[in-house]
Amino acid sequence: MSTAMFGAPVRRHEDARLLTGAGRYLDDLGHRALAAAFVRSPHAHARVSDIDVTAAAEVDGVVAIFTYEDLTGRMAEPLPLLIPHPALHAPRTAYPLARGEVNHVGEPVVMVVARDRYLAEDAAARVVVSYDPLPAVVGLPAARSARHAVHPDVPDNVAAHLVQAVGEVDTAIAAAPHVLELDLEIERSASTPLEGKGVYARWNSDEGSLRVYTSTQASTSVRAAVAAKLGLPLVKVDCIAPDVGGGFGVKIVHPWPEEVLVAWAAQRLAALAPEGIKWTEDRWEHFVSSAHERGQLQHVRVGFDSDGRLLGLDVTIWHDNGAYTPYGIIVPIITSTQLLGPYKPGAYRCEFFSLYTNTVIVTPYRGAGRPQGVFAMERTMDAIADHLGLDRAEVRAVNFIAAEEMPYDQGLIFQDGRPLIYDSGDFAATLDKLKALVGWSDFQAYREQARAAGRRVGIGLACYVEGTGVGPYEGGHVQVETSGKVMVATGLTSQGQGHQTVLAQIVADELGVDFDDVEVTTGDTRRFGYAVGTFASRAAVMSGNAVALAARKVRQKALRIAGEALEADPSDLEIVSGVVRVKGAPASAIPLSTVAVLSNPLRYAFDEAAKAATQFAVGDTSKPPVAEDDEPGLEARDFYSPTQSTFANGMHAVIVETDPDTAEVRVLRYCVVHDCGPLINPMIVEGQVHGGVAQGVAGALYERMVYDDAGQLLNASFMDFLMPYASEIPTVEIDHLETPSPLNPLGIKGAGEAGVIPGSAVIASAIEDAEGFVIRRMPISPSELFELRASYAAGRVPGLRRTSGERTDPRTRPGHSPDNDSPDNDSPDKET
Amino acid sequence: MTRISMSVDGVRYSDDVEPRTLLVHYLRERVGKTGTVVGCDTSNCGACTVQLDGQAVKSCSVLAVQADGAQITTIEGLAGPDGALHPMQQAFHAQHGLQCGFCTPGMIMTAVDLLAENPDPSEAEIREGIEGNLCRCTGYQNIVRAVQSAAEQMRGVRS
Repeated sequence: MSTAMFGAPVRRHEDARLLTGAGRYLDDLGHRALAAAFVRSPHAHARVSDIDVTAAAEVDGVVAIFTYEDLTGRMAEPLPLLIPHPALHAPRTAYPLARGEVNHVGEPVVMVVARDRYLAEDAAARVVVSYDPLPAVVGLPAARSARHAVHPDVPDNVAAHLVQAVGEVDTAIAAAPHVLELDLEIERSASTPLEGKGVYARWNSDEGSLRVYTSTQASTSVRAAVAAKLGLPLVKVDCIAPDVGGGFGVKIVHPWPEEVLVAWAAQRLAALAPEGIKWTEDRWEHFVSSAHERGQLQHVRVGFDSDGRLLGLDVTIWHDNGAYTPYGIIVPIITSTQLLGPYKPGAYRCEFFSLYTNTVIVTPYRGAGRPQGVFAMERTMDAIADHLGLDRAEVRAVNFIAAEEMPYDQGLIFQDGRPLIYDSGDFAATLDKLKALVGWSDFQAYREQARAAGRRVGIGLACYVEGTGVGPYEGGHVQVETSGKVMVATGLTSQGQGHQTVLAQIVADELGVDFDDVEVTTGDTRRFGYAVGTFASRAAVMSGNAVALAARKVRQKALRIAGEALEADPSDLEIVSGVVRVKGAPASAIPLSTVAVLSNPLRYAFDEAAKAATQFAVGDTSKPPVAEDDEPGLEARDFYSPTQSTFANGMHAVIVETDPDTAEVRVLRYCVVHDCGPLINPMIVEGQVHGGVAQGVAGALYERMVYDDAGQLLNASFMDFLMPYASEIPTVEIDHLETPSPLNPLGIKGAGEAGVIPGSAVIASAIEDAEGFVIRRMPISPSELFELRASYAAGRVPGLRRTSGERTDPRTRPGHSPDNDSPDNDSPDKET
Repeated sequence: MTRISMSVDGVRYSDDVEPRTLLVHYLRERVGKTGTVVGCDTSNCGACTVQLDGQAVKSCSVLAVQADGAQITTIEGLAGPDGALHPMQQAFHAQHGLQCGFCTPGMIMTAVDLLAENPDPSEAEIREGIEGNLCRCTGYQNIVRAVQSAAEQMRGVRS
């Protein structure tokens, strides 16, 4: 018997090439290609008054220099608005090269093509662009004030305004026994994959076709976008995502200016660039011209009863979308819907404003708006618990949707345009597991011990629900070759998630073949042309189910053909390790490789095995060799297209220690309970969680984008952007709950983003618990915590009720009582 | 142009290079060793780490002319002549110490260097030893386990 692969911690197929330097990332291709480099705006906001390329053109090895004026046809139009939405009333997208105005530092203005990148950069440095600077709008307060506009025809800087509501929130809050208000803030961070973007395009003059390699999360859609921009038939464009060195969201945006420009130049310069043109993004370019995420201001007003049960929740969000909105308003939509987490909010109203600033565009970064939503909700939960003097876990539990209430309709519209209906989950069970894992109930004793030793520790928790596996669809193709090897293709792309392994596990089980006989190709439009992309924790759910369905079709056909050959009823057959055999009579068997031969009636025997399928060897002479409803070949393709997303969930708990003197925060333990349904490969799922948690911790304690008032990104390198090393990231302890999704054949839910989602929320919760005063803004650096301590001591930051009077340390003992015994609804706890 | 000569993964190469050519670009673009990649341009990420005369260096921070006469080992020269993976490569596979694989060549070259200096490192010493290398995928947890496991394996082989 084959061992079941689904559920096993199978080692990855991908590793063999990646461990030996034999992987092929974008910059490893196109050795003889010409190189492109870009002149980028040094100003956040300016008019381009003149471009002088004379000196640049004299550099030896320069082949061409392009400005906006050189762009023709649809290349001269703005880049597409990928996801329109009725609430996005003032969408703006960039031109491939700046057309008279630049709106952020790093916006491409001039493209140089030269013999190699050194020369292209030499020439780019000699291009003289004259700018008339305009006032820069940097940060949400500046955008909100609208003293200056990013786009002159959008004077209030508001790109989108959306309100979603369930129930009468004002009435519910007015009637609530307790009311709190919180002002919250989250700063920008970014995906920051180790490999930046890159594109390599080659025009084939003989065929009149274009091949584009790009480090993308969506090769089918890049293909469509490039074909549209260049006015080419789709069949004349191939797009391939080679090995991709991480994505985390930033590479789902497309087409990037460079993707269409390099493809366009490859066609236009075909005679001069027979080996094509390549551009590889450098690290500075990635910081200033790719995409960021996270930046939001939030105001929460919540009404609740004396058990901490939510009665009304009113949230206003100001979302910084940067200079353009190519990816629509997906991020704030996700924030405003996924904010609800595992809870019933009572009446709910969420309003967001998506605002333009003269900064890099904001598009999904792993978590995609959820970390901000979870931050809002979980800070609110902690505030309620503290206000009422209740255990933080209990307040959450009292608000949980019960397992028996699934499916649960939150009454909102989700990011996929479908109703927000949770399909599965057992939140109470997840919380129980988390409390057991972290030792929630024993923490007070640990805190006392630590305190006696002069140490300051705190514990926090945070819960989330994540819509995963969003549509519209993915497809899969499964083909058994006459060698017995099984070739699988799906259109979505891989950036390190191990799809070649996970999809092979699924097909091996469905078909009854050995795992090592299954070879998976992703992200190559030559192999599979229909796909959406890899984002929203959807690959395993979407392509996993698609390849499973395709494999089932292949299996059915194999059993039929084998049944004819073995003169057995297909229902009496099984496939084990690539051999079709009669159940209970394994001697009566035929290898799948032979079935593959028989599936394709032949005239010509191209090899020894093929003789079995030639015209004088097989066939009922009364029937056509290929039946009317059949096709030759042992292969099939199928698609999986769900009616809605499936909802994974999880809860994190963290124990931190804060240094009484330096205010450094150390994560002592990080615990995760995660429910993504049945695990296809627990090793890979846990790896995803580890990596997600690392990004969550990074976003909470280390990473941020530091813009000055002029719109210069001050930390645009790995020297200054503090991406954590092994010395900063804690070991993650994981437990799983597996509640299957009723929505798909495999019962699975996505796992890719889970680890990152509650990072800022859970660490804020723990720091607050350690310090005894409220944390309302993340990330937090040691110097910020140090200053908060001073503000708390001076009475400018409210303390927690539960720790008031506990402290003996004069450095943190407040000069005033943080207790507020006045009736709640009369004096909302308003904080800065 | 300057004439340089060096051994890369056991093969001798001689080329004329511009003095400004970085070692990593020489290795990738002239020698064809694309297994060594560039991640940051500021010597922070370590993805370009190779061994120069037995010492791990970040090849984006070495000029090709500085490596004149040197012996370079890249990730592509780490496996045995029969193609058998180095214990560190095996351990990264067994412990799931890589996801996208982009940091992996540099991470492995650094880890091999670390064990050459300290064959029996503690977890803290491993974390400190690889803190010149960034990974965005794994959270380092399985990388640390892989280095621990390779260290055990290699000590066993030696004794």
